[in-house]
Amino acid sequence: MAIFVDQNTKVIVQGLTGGQGRFHGLRNKAYGTQVVGGVTPGKAGQDVEGIPVFDSVADAVAATGANASFIAVPPKAAPAAILEAARAGIGFVVCITEGVPAQDEARVFATLQRDYPATRLLGPNCPGIISPGKCNIGITAGEIAQLPSASGPNVGIVSRSGTLTYQALYELKQQGIGVSTCVGIGGDPVPGTSFVDCLAQFQADPETHAIIMIGEIGGSAEEEAAEFITNHVTKPMSAYIAGVTAPAGKKMGHAGAIVSGGKGTAQGKMDALRAAGVQIGLNPTEAGILMAEIVRTIRS
Amino acid sequence: MDLFEYQGKQYFAKYNIPVSAGGVATTVDEAVAVAATAKYPVVVKAQVQVGGRGKAGGIKLANDEAEVRLHAKNILGMDIKGHVVKRVWVEHASDIAEEYYASFTLDRAAKQHLLMLSAQGGVEIEDVAAKDPTAIVKLHINPIDGLSLETARRASVEAKIPAQALDGVADMLVKLYNCFTQGDCDLAEINPLILKPTGEIHALDAKVSLDVNASFRHPEWAEYAATEELDAREQLAREKNLQYIGLDGTVGIIANGAGLAMSTLDVVNQVGGTAANFLDIGGGANAELMTAALEVINSDPKVKSILINIFGGITRGEEVAKGIVEAVKRVALRAPIVIRLDGTNADEGRKILADAGIPESQLTSRPTMLEAARAAVEMAK
Repeated sequence: MAIFVDQNTKVIVQGLTGGQGRFHGLRNKAYGTQVVGGVTPGKAGQDVEGIPVFDSVADAVAATGANASFIAVPPKAAPAAILEAARAGIGFVVCITEGVPAQDEARVFATLQRDYPATRLLGPNCPGIISPGKCNIGITAGEIAQLPSASGPNVGIVSRSGTLTYQALYELKQQGIGVSTCVGIGGDPVPGTSFVDCLAQFQADPETHAIIMIGEIGGSAEEEAAEFITNHVTKPMSAYIAGVTAPAGKKMGHAGAIVSGGKGTAQGKMDALRAAGVQIGLNPTEAGILMAEIVRTIRS
Repeated sequence: MDLFEYQGKQYFAKYNIPVSAGGVATTVDEAVAVAATAKYPVVVKAQVQVGGRGKAGGIKLANDEAEVRLHAKNILGMDIKGHVVKRVWVEHASDIAEEYYASFTLDRAAKQHLLMLSAQGGVEIEDVAAKDPTAIVKLHINPIDGLSLETARRASVEAKIPAQALDGVADMLVKLYNCFTQGDCDLAEINPLILKPTGEIHALDAKVSLDVNASFRHPEWAEYAATEELDAREQLAREKNLQYIGLDGTVGIIANGAGLAMSTLDVVNQVGGTAANFLDIGGGANAELMTAALEVINSDPKVKSILINIFGGITRGEEVAKGIVEAVKRVALRAPIVIRLDGTNADEGRKILADAGIPESQLTSRPTMLEAARAAVEMAK
């Protein structure tokens, strides 16, 4: 098992004929993901290396039975693309687009919640999701993800930052630890999927035995995760929070990564997670080593 | 992007939020000319993006031309907490009966808009929140429902805004909300929001922070970007399209990805060093980008060593290594480089770095983040 996506997930790429959509869509397909179609208005009937292109998500769904979408379109077009996927009945939408205005994100999230509760959005501004050996949607280099082992133990990864997601995958691969699913939720102010959403899924997933979480400064998502862990997560966890030394009032690259009014500090987040029983690494490697110890304990 | 008060007031005016008649001035003569149009008495206000202007002597009342000259002369060029005053805002002085507080932000935890309203304005709202949290009304607004006049009025009643000001405050809240949403603000704040003795409601200050992701639909924001206060390093980085933030330490940092860059700062700090900057070079990390990044870091006289931390995902290690070698040849560096290169094809990349013929004193490689940080911090001592 895995969370959100597996070998049965059928993906369409919104923006398949664009630079990013084509590059990553084809890579995802080469990894073994069922990429069954693409959507670009006005380009129905064309194909991208054998992947058929449709005018609308609804047409693509009707023709292919797709249940997931990978959105790689510019920020201006991303909100409408997300809602189009939801309207067409897509259950899982991954949006990698960077630079979507926060007001648009808030409106899209509220619209999904009210009108399309069956649709889950991952992102925007996220690296995507990979269930190693089964499905890879987004920009993750599949080869750095260790396949899960049938006998376990396997680790679930959830992270706000792209490169630190890769770093976490890499640390686990170095340690020879299998990954059930790795979810990059993205660093924007209103992510469609939160730490808590992923933790709930990992807790319920029989193939996930431990969880590694990579957070960063800004907002209160890590504190909310800590509260959820205290009440609902029994699987062992390690975590790392980036931005201990980030100065207040400066956005560190991600729209969401800012310490403001003394809130959202790395220290506060680490304290909250520690109190919830999570082992905290002071850098990504330490979090990986802590996870290796956890896995050794589970094995023995 | 944070706006100056005068820009915030001009932004408010676009959304029909009443502000005082006034204008911005960069010289004493301009201040006098603006004062004549705004009508005496006027207030001369330092335009800096830092709190405590009043206490520092950056806000003065002037009853005539001589006083405007005196105050404008004193305030222009004044240093307020490290911010040099380049402009003053001169506006007609308002009579104040009462001072309130109003702001809209996005509450990320609730994923909804948040109104904060208080009948106790004019002071730091954090102080009000600390002393008497009940004095601030907090109201969540669903972004797809918006804020109605009725809801705004109910919130005003709850905040104990006096009866004679209720209609005016509610109307102002709806206008401020429109400014916040249609104007793509991260923050739209009025403190103080004043009630005049004549019964009118009026924004006496303006604190506006814009969401730069929305720049594509606000071509008018270009003028704000032009007045943004950046240091020389940040200016250079912006010209080269790099995500750069200047800091005060001695280890220059280049990493790919915001999270990894933040993490690099942390690790440098953990081993006893201080970072000179945050620099996210992005996914590509090719020779052009690396050259630009090294030029920016090289322009910082405090930098004693440079730590390059790259994790190759889709961009393979050998491509990154070639880019670094090329960039090192192009830039006359003043400080030695330590590289940590990991991820896809990292071994091939490290071999390219080792075989490039660059002396060890100029470029060394370390296998892990921690070891690389230790080496860079040691060199910076």
